[in-house]
Amino acid sequence: MGEPLLSVRDLCTTYSTFGGERLLRAVDGASFSIDRGECLGLVGESGSGKTTTCVSLLRLLPKGAAITGGEVIFDGVDLLKLPLYEMQRVRGKRIAMILQDPMASLNPLLTIADQVGEPAYFHRGERGATLKDHIIALLQSVRIPSPAVRMSEFPHQMSGGMRQRAVGAIALSGGPDLIIADEPTTNLDVTIQAQYLNMLKDLQRRTGVGLLFITHNLGIVAKMCDRVAVMYGGKIVEQGPVREIYLRPRHPYTMALISSIPKIGSKDPLYAIPGQPPDLATLPSGCAFHPRCSRAFGRCAVEEPKDFEIGVNHRARCWLADPAAPIDINTNGRIDGVADVSASAPASGQ
Amino acid sequence: MLEVRGLVKHFPAGGTFLGTRPKGWVKAVDGIDFSIGPGETLGLVGESGCGKTTTTKLLLLLEQPTSGEILFDGKDVSKLKGKDRLKYRQAVQAVFQDPFSSLSPRMRVHDIVAEPLDAQGGHSKQAIRDKVVESLELVGLNPIHARLYPHEFSGGQRQRIAIARAVAASARLVILDEPVSALDVSIRAQIMTLLEDLQKRLGMSYLFIGHDLATVTHISHQIVVMYLGKIVEMGESQQLSLNPQHPYTKALFAAALPAHPDDPRDDLVVTGEVPSALNPPSGCRFHPRCPFVMPQCSEREPELLQIGVFQRAACLLYEDGASADGRAVETAVGTGS
Repeated sequence: MGEPLLSVRDLCTTYSTFGGERLLRAVDGASFSIDRGECLGLVGESGSGKTTTCVSLLRLLPKGAAITGGEVIFDGVDLLKLPLYEMQRVRGKRIAMILQDPMASLNPLLTIADQVGEPAYFHRGERGATLKDHIIALLQSVRIPSPAVRMSEFPHQMSGGMRQRAVGAIALSGGPDLIIADEPTTNLDVTIQAQYLNMLKDLQRRTGVGLLFITHNLGIVAKMCDRVAVMYGGKIVEQGPVREIYLRPRHPYTMALISSIPKIGSKDPLYAIPGQPPDLATLPSGCAFHPRCSRAFGRCAVEEPKDFEIGVNHRARCWLADPAAPIDINTNGRIDGVADVSASAPASGQ
Repeated sequence: MLEVRGLVKHFPAGGTFLGTRPKGWVKAVDGIDFSIGPGETLGLVGESGCGKTTTTKLLLLLEQPTSGEILFDGKDVSKLKGKDRLKYRQAVQAVFQDPFSSLSPRMRVHDIVAEPLDAQGGHSKQAIRDKVVESLELVGLNPIHARLYPHEFSGGQRQRIAIARAVAASARLVILDEPVSALDVSIRAQIMTLLEDLQKRLGMSYLFIGHDLATVTHISHQIVVMYLGKIVEMGESQQLSLNPQHPYTKALFAAALPAHPDDPRDDLVVTGEVPSALNPPSGCRFHPRCPFVMPQCSEREPELLQIGVFQRAACLLYEDGASADGRAVETAVGTGS
């Protein structure tokens, strides 16, 4: 496939608090890549650094936050080294973002047409009838009914689902290669969410745009994504193809997450991860997950696990995934298929 | 234990200022019947605007029903006066979605949990303190935390405080209005397990409201699916989730997110959005969005029909073809119970 569309290597972002006295590592050495037409899911709980990762890609960090290392190669160019005026040509044109709350990301004083047309106006220089036709086509592509009429409406005249579609149309307006979607369906009803996700998937197939999907919902990942990266305490603890992660999770956090979601029609007891997600200011030593991990051992509290390669595109930051580790690590995982994997995985990892 | 019969709530829409006649009525809840037995969990599912929240308000006596009755232990709740009314309010407690706004930021945890006991009256200070400690322990919080304020807790812990409040009041029915949807994934499972555990130990009944179908079906024994103020389908939770009958329920379950990428999904995704309750469609309210719509659907309103032993659905699809079977089953169940 050649060069990936976006490749992030060892991205670190820190927030300074208490007047610069303390540094919080919100993103700590994140590495991942997205191909054209691929959907990568970034999963994690609140405070795990998923949103900061995405905002860092576009260099839209708030004051007090800084990218302290790593590189973000987008289409062969390191975005972190671009001068600001060139960066502005990337934002909205090459990389677009869909935010969580459509009411907050739309301007209530401008019509839908004004807002959808803005990226096309500035980045593509479209004017007049061309622009109008483009806006109608965009609204049609996100399946807003009677777009010629709806385009002159204001956001408050639309329902939540329609507003989120309008935000999707804005994202497409500049003709992007990559769309970053930050929990776009959290406020939507079940059937509306399904409509929206199907629409996004369909758009992605037609336009071949890359999609970085941030969510805390593993169901959305199962439905939408080709690959998934799981974040915990600012680090990507496991990443790989979606089916691989579901069938053969290697990091105990991923295993726990998967077995903590209820399945329709099943009454099996849920696995509850004990404790709270960590506070970035007081991260535990060693592996950040070890105080909540059911399979932690001595080394976990002392030494931070490396990013081990376990299979094709499958990596996990856990000492259990260490190919050099003894094979007979007890597997009391709750997910089917874990037991046979631990016997075969070290061989494939070498 | 709790029985709801023909419950209706219409809100006037517009024009009520100085006694002018309202322009219309929002039919938030339009004739629903269900019952909850002791130690049982009833799940209430539906999209926004289907009347879930109005139903809970009616049960909590925060709204007066337009018609219909709520029977608790066989007594009509709306006719309760004075002490009996207070007793009902003690017995029915609620846990809300957002633990950041449902706990007073100015009260200590002890006072929050003790408030229903204070309202009840007749308890000594020591008795209240013991009860608070006991309830905090039951929900997995350290009793030392009773001195703290809600802002010192995380979302999951606050939800535990809200549950402790219901436990302290010795609630018999707890109305859980989306209690886990504001929480992180790993915390959700903790709260769900806690709720199931408490039910086993204390024998409370739950009315569990949610929009995440997997969560609701997991915790509930019975499920009621609402659409625009009407019950479209109800039944035993596992039966209903594996074999939904009403087209809306089918669509709802088809739209639910898969638990696994290999899960088979039939893509029965309904188009359009929930219409306004101010002017609901004629006949079956789901007919404009229904993929199996028939001409008579816009003319006649379907009634809940028995399908199988544990399930009932309000859909004309089952009325015409399967009417003989349906009735037969209904009478059989009627004599059996």
